[in-house]
This record gives sequence, structure tokens and C-alpha cells, in this order.
Amino acid sequence: MAALSTEPLELAARLLERAKAAGAEMADAVAITSTNAATTVRKQQIEKVSESTSRSVGLRVILGGRQATVSTSDVSDAALDETVQTALELARVSEPDEFAGLADPKLQARETPQLGLFDEQIPDVDGEHRLSQALACEDAALSADDRIANSGGATFSTNVSTFALVDSNGFGGSYADTSASMWVEVMAQEDDGSLRNAGWSTSERSLHRLDAAEDVGREAAARALRQLGAGKAATCEVPVVWEPRMAAGLAGIISGAASGEALFRRSTFLADLEGAEVASPLVTIVDDGTLSNRLGSRPFDGEGVVTRRNPLVEAGVFQGFLYDSYNARRLNAVSTGSAWRSVGGLPQIGSGNLSLEAGQSDPAQIIAEVEDGLYLTTLMGFGINYTTGDFSRGAAGIWIRNGELAEPVQEINVSGNLLEMLQRIDAVGSDAQWFGGSSAPTLRMSRLTISGT
Amino acid sequence: MTETPADVVGFYASQLGVDGAAAESVLASALGRGGSFAELYFEHKRSGSLSFEDQQVKATQASLSQGVGIRVVEGDAIGYAYTEDLSVEAMRRAAATAAQIAHGSSAGEPVDVTAASYDADRYAIDAPSTAIPLTEKVALLRRADAAARGYHPSIARVDASMVDEEKRVLIVRSDGRMVADYQPLLRFNVSCLSELDGERRNARWGGGGRMGMPYFDEHSPESLAEEAARQAVLQQEAREAPAGTFPVVLAAGDSGILLHEAVGHGLEADFNRKETSNYSNRIGQSVASELVTVIDDATLNLSRGSVNVDDEGEMAGSNLLIEQGQLAAYMQDRISSEHFGVAPSGNGRRQSFRHAPMPRMTNTYMTAGEDDPGDLIRRVDYGIYCKAFSGGQVNITNGDFVFSVTEGYLIENGQVTAPIRDVNLIGNGPDVLSKVTGVGHDLEMSDGRWTCGKSGQSVPVGVGIPTVLVSGMTVGGTQMRSGGMSA
Repeated sequence: MAALSTEPLELAARLLERAKAAGAEMADAVAITSTNAATTVRKQQIEKVSESTSRSVGLRVILGGRQATVSTSDVSDAALDETVQTALELARVSEPDEFAGLADPKLQARETPQLGLFDEQIPDVDGEHRLSQALACEDAALSADDRIANSGGATFSTNVSTFALVDSNGFGGSYADTSASMWVEVMAQEDDGSLRNAGWSTSERSLHRLDAAEDVGREAAARALRQLGAGKAATCEVPVVWEPRMAAGLAGIISGAASGEALFRRSTFLADLEGAEVASPLVTIVDDGTLSNRLGSRPFDGEGVVTRRNPLVEAGVFQGFLYDSYNARRLNAVSTGSAWRSVGGLPQIGSGNLSLEAGQSDPAQIIAEVEDGLYLTTLMGFGINYTTGDFSRGAAGIWIRNGELAEPVQEINVSGNLLEMLQRIDAVGSDAQWFGGSSAPTLRMSRLTISGT
Repeated sequence: MTETPADVVGFYASQLGVDGAAAESVLASALGRGGSFAELYFEHKRSGSLSFEDQQVKATQASLSQGVGIRVVEGDAIGYAYTEDLSVEAMRRAAATAAQIAHGSSAGEPVDVTAASYDADRYAIDAPSTAIPLTEKVALLRRADAAARGYHPSIARVDASMVDEEKRVLIVRSDGRMVADYQPLLRFNVSCLSELDGERRNARWGGGGRMGMPYFDEHSPESLAEEAARQAVLQQEAREAPAGTFPVVLAAGDSGILLHEAVGHGLEADFNRKETSNYSNRIGQSVASELVTVIDDATLNLSRGSVNVDDEGEMAGSNLLIEQGQLAAYMQDRISSEHFGVAPSGNGRRQSFRHAPMPRMTNTYMTAGEDDPGDLIRRVDYGIYCKAFSGGQVNITNGDFVFSVTEGYLIENGQVTAPIRDVNLIGNGPDVLSKVTGVGHDLEMSDGRWTCGKSGQSVPVGVGIPTVLVSGMTVGGTQMRSGGMSA
């Protein structure tokens, strides 16, 4: 693996050297290599096998505050020279921005902490293993019940990547990471022949942390089966219980609204609310890029800044925004190590691992306390206005009657305003679960509008 | 000037060393284990973007992406591999990886590649924006910025961007067919924030297509910017939307997103081959009101979703999907057309050489009806009028679909009245289309702003529709109100 981890760093360094030699006073270069392999089966037959290695580089130059980025998947010397020339030409016709620049060297990583991001087994996973896992996952779903009548397929994939960054202040670093994922979708059949589908997945940095293939398959089947007979609900205002996976999505929305770029653009409902109670005291949300073995972890961010733990909401109080260097400078803040970088374009703000922390409530009790309400298991569409906080999305789930999960519902809509919704969280479960890079427990909002018949 | 297919073939040979002989050699490796079909998809894409924020250029960006995706087909199964390295050696290695889907030991017949000849005239433009100096693009962005700020004193921020690309594709197949295409794409975006008495409202607008600079002759940067500003300011007066099931009138143009979600995806043949779509096995059956005729048409001049050939090398055309409510056909790619025993419909598309093709929409629209658009509104006692949208999604299997309305109004007593805040609409495909009770004579295609996502792949598409009345759809507002009237 030594060759894989050093090669991108050398490539990035070569590109940066050429840029400096050509007159770029301030620059950084990114190189990424990635080997991805996946096997998909459907109805226990191979549907698709793919395997490829990809490599690309990107350069950012800043000339007197004039900024340009150029990327290429052609890494020949001629292409690197052309990349440098294009970047310089674009920067010259750009406009000066006093905040453009590289990361503060004082914030950059001096060493690479061991975060357990690389599973030595993954580069050695072969096609037979991917196939057998995908088959086992789908088989468990198909054989769970006679009413499981069809399949959207099961996929097992592995990825090995290396990210390298060098900048003209002298920073240079790279890290390799791995991931493995498995997902499956199956359909349960109604008496009239129509189908209800559901999927489930698992995704981790190391093989041994993945959920068992059979468990993933059975969970997908159970979810499809419990939607059998789903109808619409009547329009009403009721308590809504969010299952952990839905609550993890909610944490992602809050993190998106906590972007320093959105703050600069005034396009977030969290603007001007630092230090304010934006949620019920039961709510704590933490962004943390340093957790061992987690998909959202990395030793440094897309500008070389050391990653860290950033509390977003503590006991309902909004703690502050996530920043890259650029937005930190123009808002008089400090980078939170939240820059994400692809080879093309400027750094973008994003979270590391996101955790809506577990509370005290027994999840069964959270449901048992609801006389008439919705257990939310599916959200659809893009109906979130980050500027106003208005939230209106398609939904499906299970209706709660007298404290028990009763009949499934679909083709309904849930709506509210996020600031009000967060205040209405009146129970947080003790059952936090991880879904890739985010974690959340069951939670309940005392009231949301359900649109239906 | 854009390039002809012959120019593109010449470009690959002279600039990248990829010619018929190289392709034949790679195809031989791809079929080295006896796969029944193989295809090479070469892509050379230059893209650029320029973003303008807070009255100055924030960033300029350029990228070059080139490589080949190699697909080997064996029955319904495929092997796929790609490489950015276009040396014959590297391509043959990738081909050997893709070949592993087949289990034979003997190679197939040698392939004799011949360039196909056809008319590639759906976006033969004179002035691709990719050839325009950056300073001219900055001038367009400045005009947009000034127009948006001048529209209303509450406009506090304007962000604008211009994104363009030129893509040269070369597809070589084991049946000997070689096709090439030059595909330009342009998009101009404006986002405005209105801030009034501490209340902030935003809106986005934009457009483009497979066009060059003449796009701006008909769509000035000012008009695009003023439209974004108008929508943002309008939102300052917006009321809470109602909750419940009500009649919905969809304005002509962008509302075509309804079709894209309600029937478009469900008619993609991969889902129907697998019988996982709620439209599976329903060819010839009634799936919509008799007023509804839906076409997917790759031939529209300069449209964002148009292609001369699809990404499997098939000629792309115009396909009737629903005729007066009856399901006529699915959109096919190679594998599904063989499964159904029908001709490929030219709908095999992919995001890039890193992705395998699948059935996708191009430009999807509903044909014009006979109603006066104003009459459709007058027929509604209480309902919603929808004009602009931020996106939609569908569950293929159960048919539930959503779309998010960013410019909507109440209809009260046959009149469009107050604007409403952002709201999601949800319905079920065949159910909603059976409730189409009026279709206007005013078919309009959306400006080129839509991108469709499926299985992790994005492709540019077009949508279009005349003004349409749906007698009932679930409106996801927050205002409780009972007693929706039927139209």
C-alpha cells in the first residue's frame, strides 16, 4: 500500500512546484486516487460487476487575491503544464478578493493522527467476496417471507482512496482511507399484485464493523412488509416520532444550516442565532471529524486544517457555525476544520461525523406515550427552505394509535418550520445508532402538520 | 463553430491517439472471454464556471475530464471498468477487467470498426460560450447583478454564475458501429435574497441549453435576474400554504416536472424489465386521463435534454409514451430493448465515462390540449396555482411522487390571489394523471435548468407542459383548512 499512499502526494507536489515556477505566488494542489469495486446481484443472479481506479489533480492559484481553480484527469507532464497555464490565465482575469487565501499555517496539521481510517483487509477483498456478500444479503431479504416478491438488487462495494494536499506555505500531507458498503432493496406484494418497496444499508471504514449481510437483508424485508396495506392519513396536527435514521437526517439539515457560507449569504434560518435557544433543551448535536473508524473522520480538512469536535447545539443552544478558512476570514471567525475539497473548485463547508446525542427516554415509551400520531420512516423530496426554515416534505410511516404502531401510511406530507420543529422536540431516545457518518436516536416532536386526505 | 461527428473522430485520432485500430484492439480484449457485446465510451469534456458573489467575481474554474468507460455485456449482466489513461495498454487492462463478467475461454470474432454517418444538427451552434473570453462572461454576470439590485430596494444579495461545457463523445461497439458527437451545454444562474424588516426570502432562477451566446439574445441576463428578484420579493408577502387535498392548476413550462416524476421515471424500461415499476406490464392500459399525451423527445432544437445520439451509440428520437391516457411505450436502453424485443429508443444515457448507461429521459412533455388557461383557473373554487419549483422525487415502485413549489398562489373563487410560502405537493402517478381534468392550449418548454438524478447519476433534461388542472392533489402546507372543492 506504500506506493498508493505516497503517489498522490508526489503528484500534488509536482503540480505545485510547476505552478510556483510559473509565477503563482500563492497556490495549493490536491491529488486524489480512488479504487472502487462493486458487485450487484438481483434475484440471485449477477447484474453488474465493476472495478476501476481513478486519479485526478487540481490546482488553486491566488494572484493578488485573484483566485482560480483548474482540475484535470490527465496527469501527463504536458497536461500539468497546461493546468498551470490555464489557472494563471483565469486568475489574471478574475477579480481581487481580500479574503482569498490559504489556511492559517498555525491551524494546519503537523502530524497525522491514527484515526483507524484504513482497513488493511479492504484492498484485498476480491470479487468472490463481494459477490457472496451481495448474494447473502439479498437472499436473506428474499427468503424472509413469502410475500417478498421482487428485488431491486443488492450491492456490495469497496473503496480505497488517498487524498493529498500541498500548499505554498509549506503544508504537505496525505492520508489513505477505506470504506465498504452494502445495500439492498426488495418489494413486498399486496393481494392485488401491487408492490411496497424498502431498502436498507450498512457502510463503514472497516469490513468487520459492517452489519452482517443477513441482518441488512432481513431489515429491508421487514421494512417492505410493514408497509403492506399502506393508505393515506387524514389531514391533522399530531405528534410525530422520528425513527433514528430520520432523526440523523434532521441533524444533517441542522448542520447544513450551520454552514458559515450560508451565514455569509444570509441564507440560513440560524443567522443571528448564535447563543440562542434554537431547540428544546433535550437536543445536543455535535460535529466531530476525529472519531476513530468513522466515515466522517479525517486527520485534516481540505485545506490542511486539523479536524476537531465542533458542538453545534448544546442543550438546545446554538453554539456556532462551521467554517472553512475563506468564510472564517470574511466573517471574522476561525476555521473549524470543516473544508471539504474535490480536485475541482474551491473548498466547500461540510460536517465530519454528525451526532444527535442520545437522551434518556426509552424509545418504546416515546411511542407508547402517543395516543394518535405518526411514526416517521420515510421522507421524500427537497422541500426545505434553508433561508426561512420552512419544511414541507413527502412522507410515509406507521400510524400510532393508543401508544402502539398500528397501520402503515404513505402519500402524506409533513410540514412545519424548522425552528418551531426543533423547539417541539419533547423526547429523545437512548437508542442512538450510526448510519455511515451520522448518528441519532428516536425522537419525538409534540406537533407537526400532516397533509393527507 | 461546433464540430461535426467526423471532426470529433478526427480529434480523438489526432489529439488523443484513439482511432479505429486502437478501438479494435481494446474491443478484442473486452471480448477476450466471449462476452456477447462490448462497447467503448470515450469522453473528453472541458468545463468552466464563473461565480459572481456580492458584486465581484468570486472564483473562476476550469476542468478537463477525459477517459473511456468499457462495458461488456453477457445476457442481462454487465462488466464495467473505466480508465483516464487512454494508452492502448491501459485501456486493454480495463477491458480485461470488464471482460470478467463473461466466463468463456475463447475470444469473440475480431471487430471491424466503421464510422457511422448521420445528421448531427440538433445543436449545431456558431458561438459556443466555451470559446468566449472570460471578460465577456463577467460582463453578463455584472448585468444580472445590477438588474437584480435595481429591481427592488429589498434585494440585499445577488449571486450569479455561468457554467458551460463542451463534451466530445466517441462510442465504438463490437458490432462495428462507431459514432461521435459534440455536445455543448450552457447554464446561467441567479440567486437573490430579499431582506425586508428583518425577514429574509430567497429565490433562484436561470436557464440555458445546448446553446451558445445567442441564448442571451432571447434571455437577457437582466430578464433572468429580474425574475429571481421578483420571486424573492414576492415571497415577502407569502402566506402559509393550506394543508389537505385540493385542486391544483399547474402553469405551463416548469410544471413539466410533474410528468417527469409522475410518469417519466416509471416508464424507464429498466424498472419495467425488472417489474419493479408501478407501470410494469401496463402497455396498452389506461394510466391517465384521456386528455394526457406524453412524449419524450431528444430532437428539440438546442434543448438541454436533446442529444443527436444516445450514450450507447443509438440514434435518439421522439418517443410517444402515453397517447390519450393509454400507455404506449417505455424508454429503452440496449439491454432492456433486447429483453422486450423492441428497437432501442435512444434513451441510453450516462453521466460520464465513469458510469454505465441506463434508460433516461431527454426532453419530456405533455402535448397541448384545447382549454383556455384562464378557464382552468376559473374552474377552481379553492385550490393552488403553481408556477416555479425547486425539485421533485418519485418512488418508482409504489408510484408516490413529490415536487416542491417555490412560487405558488391560492386560487379563491376562480381567481389567483395571495402568494403562498414554499410547499411540497405529493401524489401517486396514475392517480394524479387520471385526475387531469383540463389541459391548456399553451404548451411551453421550460428554460434549460433541470438536471435529473437516478442511481447516483446526473444528466441534463428538459421538461414541458401546457397549463393543466388536476382535480385533487395533497398540498403539504401548515394552514389547517377543511372543505376542498372538486373541480
